[in-house]
Amino acid sequence: MTGPFLELIDISKIYPGVVALDHVSFAVWPGEVIGLIGENGAGKSTLMKVMGGVAEPSGGMIRIDGIERLALTVPEAISAGIAFVHQELNLFDNLDAAANVFIGREPLYGGALRLIDRKKLHAAVQPLLDRLGVDFAPDTPVAQLSLAQRQLLEIVKALSLDARLVIMDEPTSSLTLAETDRLMSVVAGLKAHGVSVIFITHRLNEVKRCADRIVVLRDGRVVGALDRGAIAHDAMIRLMIGRDLKALYVPPAREPGRERLEIVGLRTGTYPTQSVDLAVRSGEILGLAGLVGSGRTELARAVFGVDRPLGGSVRLDGEPLIVSSPRDAIAKGIYLVPEDRKRDGLLVDMSVASNISLPDLLAHSRVRLIDRASEVANAVRQKERLNIRAPAVSTVVGSLSGGNQQKVVLAKWLAMRPRVLIFDEPTRGIDVGAKNEIYLMLRRLADSGVAILMISSDMEEVIGVSDRIAVMHEGGISGFLERNQFSEQNVLRLAVGHG
Amino acid sequence: MYKKDFGLLILIIVVGTAVALINPRFLLPANLSNTANQVGLFGLFAIGEAFVIITGGIELSVGSMIALLGTIFIDLIVNHDVHWLVAVIIIVLGGCALGSVHGLLVTKMRLQPFVVTLCGLLIYRGIARYYTQDATAGFGFGESFPTLEWLTTGRILGIIPNSMIALVVIAVVMGIVLHRSVYGRYLFAVGKNEEAARYSGIPTDRVVTSAYIVCGGLAAIAAIYIAMYTRSISPAVHGSFYELYAIAAAVLGGCSLRGGEGSILGVLLGVVLLQVLQNLVNLLGIPSSLNFAVMGAVILIGVVADQQIMLYRQRAATARGRLQAAAGSAQEAAEQPRLKK
Repeated sequence: MTGPFLELIDISKIYPGVVALDHVSFAVWPGEVIGLIGENGAGKSTLMKVMGGVAEPSGGMIRIDGIERLALTVPEAISAGIAFVHQELNLFDNLDAAANVFIGREPLYGGALRLIDRKKLHAAVQPLLDRLGVDFAPDTPVAQLSLAQRQLLEIVKALSLDARLVIMDEPTSSLTLAETDRLMSVVAGLKAHGVSVIFITHRLNEVKRCADRIVVLRDGRVVGALDRGAIAHDAMIRLMIGRDLKALYVPPAREPGRERLEIVGLRTGTYPTQSVDLAVRSGEILGLAGLVGSGRTELARAVFGVDRPLGGSVRLDGEPLIVSSPRDAIAKGIYLVPEDRKRDGLLVDMSVASNISLPDLLAHSRVRLIDRASEVANAVRQKERLNIRAPAVSTVVGSLSGGNQQKVVLAKWLAMRPRVLIFDEPTRGIDVGAKNEIYLMLRRLADSGVAILMISSDMEEVIGVSDRIAVMHEGGISGFLERNQFSEQNVLRLAVGHG
Repeated sequence: MYKKDFGLLILIIVVGTAVALINPRFLLPANLSNTANQVGLFGLFAIGEAFVIITGGIELSVGSMIALLGTIFIDLIVNHDVHWLVAVIIIVLGGCALGSVHGLLVTKMRLQPFVVTLCGLLIYRGIARYYTQDATAGFGFGESFPTLEWLTTGRILGIIPNSMIALVVIAVVMGIVLHRSVYGRYLFAVGKNEEAARYSGIPTDRVVTSAYIVCGGLAAIAAIYIAMYTRSISPAVHGSFYELYAIAAAVLGGCSLRGGEGSILGVLLGVVLLQVLQNLVNLLGIPSSLNFAVMGAVILIGVVADQQIMLYRQRAATARGRLQAAAGSAQEAAEQPRLKK
């Protein structure tokens, strides 16, 4: 070990009007696992782009194996051995696992015909799968792989490129506990082979488990680094947000009221034989826990009218509710903050203001013509109320950080009259600071009488925020927990089906 | 006015000036008046096409609709003694009906717009030819409809074609609908991200279907104007390739074929550019067989130039950023107003 593999020296990146990175310097040594943490918008994504050759730094230098460069191109980054496992996985789900690993580098035969040698391809991928202890075959179509398996496939892809540095962007954000454990051992395996890992995450427990060193970014600057011995929750959080975090749970201001949303015998297409009975009271935050794929999102989609349920009924304040589209649900005051906000929640190319007004546009119009002044005034109100950090309400939503995008989705509904709010993974991919703001907003909404159903795979969140927890397992409700029964073990036991 | 529209306007002025310099006849009132008439005719259905393109769809049957509806229109008023006003209503409703069939096939049956409207293109052309036994439909000697003729082919002060006036009126209405109304916002939202629009309670199927209805209705109005202008229709060739003019105008005018982008002004400028080019071919003595080639080449150059200018702007912005960083004035940059892309 002669020196660091990769050094970033005084890297800055300036987008028009935004300083994304401000003289960032740190080094990555061979076989080192670095936890990179920071709030959304702290500059983590931009830093990744610089290391991957996607974004050209506005200043500073990148030194790889002692060779200095002003910027990297994508091929340079790849040939230097820098590989990515992106948050949004870049896999072709119409191809099989092996084809994805060697995409663009397929072993060929047949001379000028350039036919793909499938046998050789699968033979080359198998040992890599074995090395990670992966349980699927090279010819499995990616469409059939779970999210966790896809993530492992991305790592296989990185290994096949002889990666010396694997950068993982929130790899565990949708993994179950067991899958996370598996990933941790994969990271340890990489380290043992001398591969460096940069692990970007919001889950401090995980970096604590696997990182040799932690680098904290805030507002585009490195605000601190913690060595293995000094890694502790409080220290990390203080560095990330520059203040201490209050305890998560805020008790309701008053007792929850009557049952507002009642789900009786609801069956969805994914689990046609299972039926769900569930009630959320007015003023209550009901956490809906369970493993990924346990049918929680399907339940939410059925209640919101995205999918038609196979059977069962839903009542709102005692009245039977017939919902055949989100439009019907919205008319009744049932709103959904979807899991995948970019796909289902936002028009990312449009402004903050037009996103916020979209579901309630008629309220901001006269004779069906949009009243821009009213639209903008409403957006400004919501922006202040939710503390959305955007230069203006005319800013394009896609340019905001994840936490602020989520606040825009929330702002759409808060501007209206919610009776039931369904949150599907409310803080997925969101930093600690914005998370807390969203939790407080949830409580405030509940206190105003809204019934809140919060689907979450984040144990800390489910236990810390809910007034009551319902746990789903393979399409059915495996149990309810009251606050005095809350514990990770209890939730997990129900989630894996040991009622 | 969008930057893109401004660029297009400049391109029109440049091409127009060049043609005028080479052949001053370009500026003769009669020539300008004829060109304006052509703009009026083509603009009517190009606006409809733009509506569909903004939802992320495509409408390929416009030309065939113009042939079919035009043929039926002439048949109704010439051979069946239907009052022209009634015939106009029948034809426009017919166009809307065809559009609604397309829309329902796209939204309810989840068929691809390209396939649905390609079938429309073939079917309507076939029916139009069968309807007249492949003969030319036209007005007999001495048959005249003074009011209808004045409304469609008349010219105010002998110069301003009424087709142009009709286009301006419809463009203003459609411009308000598209850019100011709730419905217009829904069109853009559906084109940008149909799922997110649905999750926001927008009746996406209805919005998409309505775009095809608007397109069919405007194609019907255009069919009447074009039928009255040509006064005879050979159903085998009448209106053929018109859908491509409409798509070209919409794309030139800033509509993205991916949906969610476009403006009425842009589409109008696109139509004007196409007609000026057509005029250029005629006036500069370029063999008319090269007509399509010239148009295709200019559109291609325009699109490439647009792309290059955008790239150049981005690079310039990056270079500015680098300079600022080098000067260590990172803080100042943060305070600068955000530049528009």
